[in-house]
Amino acid sequence: MNYFLTEEEQMVREIARKIAEEKIIPVRQKYDEEGKFPHDIVEVMAQSDLFRVFIPEEYDGMGLSTLAMLLAVEELSYGCAGMALAYAGTALGITPVILFGSEEQKKKYLPKIANGSLAAFGLTESEAGSDAGNIKTRAEKDGDYYIINGTKQFITNGGVADIYVIIALTDPSRGTRGATAFILEKGMEGFEFGKKEDKMGIRASITSELVFRDLKVHKSQILGREGGGFLMTMKTFDRTRLGVAAQALGIAQAALDAAVSYAKKRHQFGKPVASFEGLQYIMADMAIKVESARALTYMAARNVDAGEKVADITAMAKAYASDVAMQVTTDAVQVFGGYGYMKEYPVEKMMRDAKITQIYEGTNQIMRNIIASQIIKRIK
Amino acid sequence: MNIFVCIKQVPNTTEVKWDLEKGTLIREGVESIVNPFDLYAVEEGLKIKEKIGGDTKVIAITMGPPQAKEALRDVIAMGADEGILVSDRAFAGADTLATSYSLYKAIEKMGDIGIILAGKQAIDGDTGQVGPGIASWFGYPQITYVKKIVEIKDNKMVAERLTDYGYDIVESELPVVLTVVKEINEPRLPSLRGKMKAKKFEPTVFTANDINADENRIGLQGSPTQVKKVFSPPKKEGGEKFEGEAEELSEILFGKLKELKIV
Amino acid sequence: MGLTGILVIEEQCTGCGVCVGACPFDAIKINDEGIAEIDEEKCTLCGACVDACPFDAIEMKRGESSVEIDKDDYSGVLTFGEINEGELSKVALEMLSVGREIADKRGVKLSSVLIGGKELEKHAKTMINHGADIVYYIEDESLFHFNDELYAEALGKLIEEVKPEVFIGGASAVGRALLPRVAATIKTGLTADCTELDIDNETGNLLQTRPAFGGNIMATILTPNHRPQIATIRPRVMPVPQETEKNGEIKKFDFDTTTFKLSKIIKEAVILSEEEVNLHEAEVIVSAGRGVGSKENLKLIYDFAKKLGAAVGASRAVVDAGWISYPHQVGQTGTTVAPKVYIACGISGAIQHQVGMRSSDIIIAINSDPEAPIFDIATYGFVGDLNKIIPELMKKI
Repeated sequence: MNYFLTEEEQMVREIARKIAEEKIIPVRQKYDEEGKFPHDIVEVMAQSDLFRVFIPEEYDGMGLSTLAMLLAVEELSYGCAGMALAYAGTALGITPVILFGSEEQKKKYLPKIANGSLAAFGLTESEAGSDAGNIKTRAEKDGDYYIINGTKQFITNGGVADIYVIIALTDPSRGTRGATAFILEKGMEGFEFGKKEDKMGIRASITSELVFRDLKVHKSQILGREGGGFLMTMKTFDRTRLGVAAQALGIAQAALDAAVSYAKKRHQFGKPVASFEGLQYIMADMAIKVESARALTYMAARNVDAGEKVADITAMAKAYASDVAMQVTTDAVQVFGGYGYMKEYPVEKMMRDAKITQIYEGTNQIMRNIIASQIIKRIK
Repeated sequence: MNIFVCIKQVPNTTEVKWDLEKGTLIREGVESIVNPFDLYAVEEGLKIKEKIGGDTKVIAITMGPPQAKEALRDVIAMGADEGILVSDRAFAGADTLATSYSLYKAIEKMGDIGIILAGKQAIDGDTGQVGPGIASWFGYPQITYVKKIVEIKDNKMVAERLTDYGYDIVESELPVVLTVVKEINEPRLPSLRGKMKAKKFEPTVFTANDINADENRIGLQGSPTQVKKVFSPPKKEGGEKFEGEAEELSEILFGKLKELKIV
Repeated sequence: MGLTGILVIEEQCTGCGVCVGACPFDAIKINDEGIAEIDEEKCTLCGACVDACPFDAIEMKRGESSVEIDKDDYSGVLTFGEINEGELSKVALEMLSVGREIADKRGVKLSSVLIGGKELEKHAKTMINHGADIVYYIEDESLFHFNDELYAEALGKLIEEVKPEVFIGGASAVGRALLPRVAATIKTGLTADCTELDIDNETGNLLQTRPAFGGNIMATILTPNHRPQIATIRPRVMPVPQETEKNGEIKKFDFDTTTFKLSKIIKEAVILSEEEVNLHEAEVIVSAGRGVGSKENLKLIYDFAKKLGAAVGASRAVVDAGWISYPHQVGQTGTTVAPKVYIACGISGAIQHQVGMRSSDIIIAINSDPEAPIFDIATYGFVGDLNKIIPELMKKI
């Protein structure tokens, strides 16, 4: 289907596709096996200007559309969703700065990202997953400074990112209204990285704990206003969850392509298995799901750029695309039969990678809460 | 100093097929690409420029029909500073000798020559002759199959070249002509900004007149070799295929190796 | 257009369209009058259509060669006796079998030239015993290592004096660097990497046949108006002739080496171990692909190759994964090989790999995927786990 992409969007897609084909696919199995972070691939993304896509022009970026960024995530995920996450996670981490940062903060941090530094976003804690209001990390005021203590868990790009936006309670008595966003830099005294997680999928991405021990930061590191942390987080997620949708799309398309091309060359009963109706229906259904997820995601991205209210449509795109990715990758393994279950073939990895897209940046149950609350409000 | 990189637009040979019945090439849907080996040359040129800095320029040069400018666009997108298209009806039909002469004249016209780079060979012709040919026309030293540039300093360079027995460490004065192998680097992909620049890029076009070419040295007339006949190679067909347990298969394989007298 | 160009003879053209398909550059179409029309912008004068036209309706006009060469001045066949770091190479001997054939057909002498630093007389005798009638040798300390410019200058001078009609050498790393330089210096034609050579006794034209387009097509190439005709021949294609004690002339070729301009020096020649053996000259290659599984498992391939006395090749995937170094890579961006037996272990056989090895005499493939494309070209295909089959096999050897 033609989505009438702009010239720039087409170029972004071409470049990201080339990176996936030439740089990522040949090595993805190795990185997946070893659970290693792909510094070399990130360097290629940076050199190709992909990080400039979502940074405004004034700050060394190119200020392209949200869809341009999603196309990059989708194509990179087509190669490897884990590696793509280094990129998508950076977009997530820096989006609050783009949306809510002061001129000074933007000048200081955005050019770094444009030139290839990574960012991370730290909200989740061991007791605060879907129930994000239950965070315990404290930031206590001390003159012009804040002293931060606590531990963030499951943080994408934790340890490899240079710039972190984290949420801490400045006033626990006010609940979520007492949460504030801080910009942290790697290397600050009292800022350490804890346990590195061993994951089921997206194993080429890094997920680790951020540990704050009497971390002293100047008040100029506050993003937006004190107490505005949660609102900012929600506004950020309203946009960035499309990144997860795009990641899911990339995985799903890769699984569909792999399944169809395998079915065409695999012979059983004397003919290619693609000639059997049973498999044809599976593949047709896969295609329907992938294309409809794409249409929804791309249109949601256009709405973000048009300044529409997007909380529910981005939630729909995220939940739908990630459910599709899970279904389609499972079907792809089925089309491959016994081979699909083996690590020698790429679809089992895709199935493992797909699962996380239903979970992070708000589980699909949370997505449905958002959608339900919106439709109940809207429909009389 | 100018670093010249000679590139060639080639059909993607992995897509070229032969129609056995008609005895012709099936070229439908075969895309044109920059010869893959030349991309290593471009990358090395860019790397040298980044290293020595100053007013070093990387100039890509190609000979071919007008559409060969697409190949130049591809390398402009990687970061080459300029692109020269040597293009004239009079160059048509050139073999490797005439091609190397024409490129030599074009590079000479540009001047300020430091290093001339090329891929070890082109994937369509697989000849690998143009690099040494250019070196010969200039009378410059050549280092073929370069796998590593060790250093460039004081108008001299040290490089490692692959040999059949290992490699040689070679020191040469500049200007020098290098042909490079894949091992030397990993070519960068086009950047977004490079691609935008490439979109608007138009090459400098040199005709035979522009480079003061001797008409007896260019095109068909300047080419000692002539293609007499083109035909398809005997088709390789799949032979016997065995399935079974490892023990059984190894027995059959052992038998075959004995037949072939290699065990 | 001048004196040179391509022409459709309209009276003879039937508009059959064979040329349209034959043109590799998409430069011909059948026009409204049903006649082939050539787009000059796209045409490269390759001549494929001339050959393809069933009605002789396309003609290629070449300008008169302005290079005046009296071909009768040239006679005899000269081969390049490649010496690597003092050792006579196998390909030097291979040149003698095909050289002998051509020389006999023409009724001329077969001579060879050796260039090196020392002990060339010994190698000259070996060359004589393998069939050379005359061996010229050029010996100078400065020539011990292969130095392109010096070798080319020396050869240029020898050729000027000996005036052979044919000069051939191996398409080895040295041959493919040196002979093009020589050809450009004396301004004659060179055909690289030939797999077949013959001579037309009437014209004295060498019929040089070589693969192109990654082995998808073969082309026979002539050098009709220039002498000598220079070709490089793919190693291992021609047999090494029988060695018999025989007499021949061994002549030192002297010339002034003080004119050598030393703009380049070989500081060190690094000779790698047997394991890194030269893929070009190997009779048997055992090649590893992704299916090997890991860098550790590659040891099995090395052991297997050692047992067979084979060289070790690899697919691009294995090289890119860093399991083995680049000189082992077979395929489009690696080395093109044509051994007697090629054993592909765990290589799926992407077309990029196939173009680098499909000229092998016998291809044996071991792969657990029965649909792997390698089986389409394998002489013997084994569907199974190489990590089980090869250890079993090695017990038997």
